[in-house]
Amino acid sequence: MSQPIAGAPNGESPSLDRPQAPSPEQAIRPDGRWLAQVEAASGVSAGACYGCKKCSNGCPLSFAMDLHPYQVVRYLQLGQMDKLEGSATVWICASCQTCLTRCPNQVDLPRLMDWLKQELVRRGQAAPEEKVRLFHQLFLKGVAKRGRVFEGELMAGYMLKTGGAFGPEAIKNARMGLTMLRKGRLKLIPARTKDRRWLKALFNEPKGGSHA
Amino acid sequence: MPEVSYYPGCSLEATAKDYAESVEGVCEALDIKLRELPDWNCCGASAAHSLDHKAALNLGARNLALAGQGPSPLVVPCALCYNRLASARHELMEGDELIIDEIKAMGGDYAGVQVVELNDYLSSPQVTALVKQRAVGQDLSGLKAVCYYGCQGQRPPAITGKTDYENPQGLDRLLSALGVTVIDWPFKTDCCGASHSVARPDLVFTLVARLYERALAQGANCIVTGCQMCQANLDMYQEEIAKQMGKDVYLPVLYFTEVMGLALGIDETPKWLKRHLVSPKGLLEQAQLPRQTWERL
Repeated sequence: MSQPIAGAPNGESPSLDRPQAPSPEQAIRPDGRWLAQVEAASGVSAGACYGCKKCSNGCPLSFAMDLHPYQVVRYLQLGQMDKLEGSATVWICASCQTCLTRCPNQVDLPRLMDWLKQELVRRGQAAPEEKVRLFHQLFLKGVAKRGRVFEGELMAGYMLKTGGAFGPEAIKNARMGLTMLRKGRLKLIPARTKDRRWLKALFNEPKGGSHA
Repeated sequence: MPEVSYYPGCSLEATAKDYAESVEGVCEALDIKLRELPDWNCCGASAAHSLDHKAALNLGARNLALAGQGPSPLVVPCALCYNRLASARHELMEGDELIIDEIKAMGGDYAGVQVVELNDYLSSPQVTALVKQRAVGQDLSGLKAVCYYGCQGQRPPAITGKTDYENPQGLDRLLSALGVTVIDWPFKTDCCGASHSVARPDLVFTLVARLYERALAQGANCIVTGCQMCQANLDMYQEEIAKQMGKDVYLPVLYFTEVMGLALGIDETPKWLKRHLVSPKGLLEQAQLPRQTWERL
């Protein structure tokens, strides 16, 4: 984890003492070339953000983020990708689209968050929200296999990998599973698309950099 | 009444079976023919757009290509599937360079497909008039409902084409027309946390607790939704979330199609309602609905 950012939701209260001026080594050196690359790769005009923070004030999940959405954009503008590497924010975003809807400059933050997730995975960064990444990964694996989601297998696979199949969690999970089964809301036989040739072509390609 | 293309989505085959059955039941009662897309595939949901943009776009494109061969519009009951399909269509209008040859060969006119959310389709003035005409005169005023639309059906407006995205009215109007006591509230489109219910249930519990608090404060005795993800998050963990809130919460979470089932006097309605974890029995009894709608819940 990087240092808590002053004023960030889970950081320390900002000090009222006057901050010391950074030494020349500590000073941020904005790297504008990076922004142009991000914009080209993600298709999102992150440079259009002028920092009004409407995105972050309306974000329903900002309480659980270590960087506010506008801070993510600002770091990208300054070329400070390293600040985003350990951040939970991109994984906490639920893509509810409130930020984009209210952004006066229509900066597509949810799409930027998606691009960042893919870029961080491509760079081999461990996701701070490993369980969120794992769930997405297992979900996609199931889709690649059958063309449709099989919720039973997805949940069982997720629990086996995260420990939810053992210990006290297991009892709770099993109880919920049984309830859903009794209610007829748990399917035991997976559905699949009949035509699956296209799935091979789509998912057997090398991963990474597939985001236009 | 017309024939439309229908994309149910994976959840409606399992966790949202109640939704699927009620959609089919209501459309049958209204003589709306749902033509299910032949051999449809998953929309990719949050997983695909988070981890693999190209996959997300192709999964959408294949469904759109299938829909291009059937009747228009393409009606989608799940808000997330709707959003993914509408987003794919929007992006495909710019070009299809990322689409694999196998899907291109299907020859679909992706951009020509009109993608419509089911609750918009069923709350249109024409369908509302038809529902009123066929309603059996059931007094539903004891249902004091807040309508919960969630995120994905509304936003972003550039994709959904909606104008009342901060304060949608469709379900409010439909349910009012059926005699439900509809209560206004400010959380119509606030996020429930969606798929975080698996990896970060704590986040979903926090968001859903806020919704319960507000719905109760407004005097609601039920929540009516048109999104199966919202329904699951608000229905499945209510007991646990209420315990964490230190409060008694009894708020059945109904699909709008189930309420339509009650209004239209569809016999199967209790079968759909029985699948909920928060039983609507107490609600329907208190709202003085006929015994046969709740006695076996």
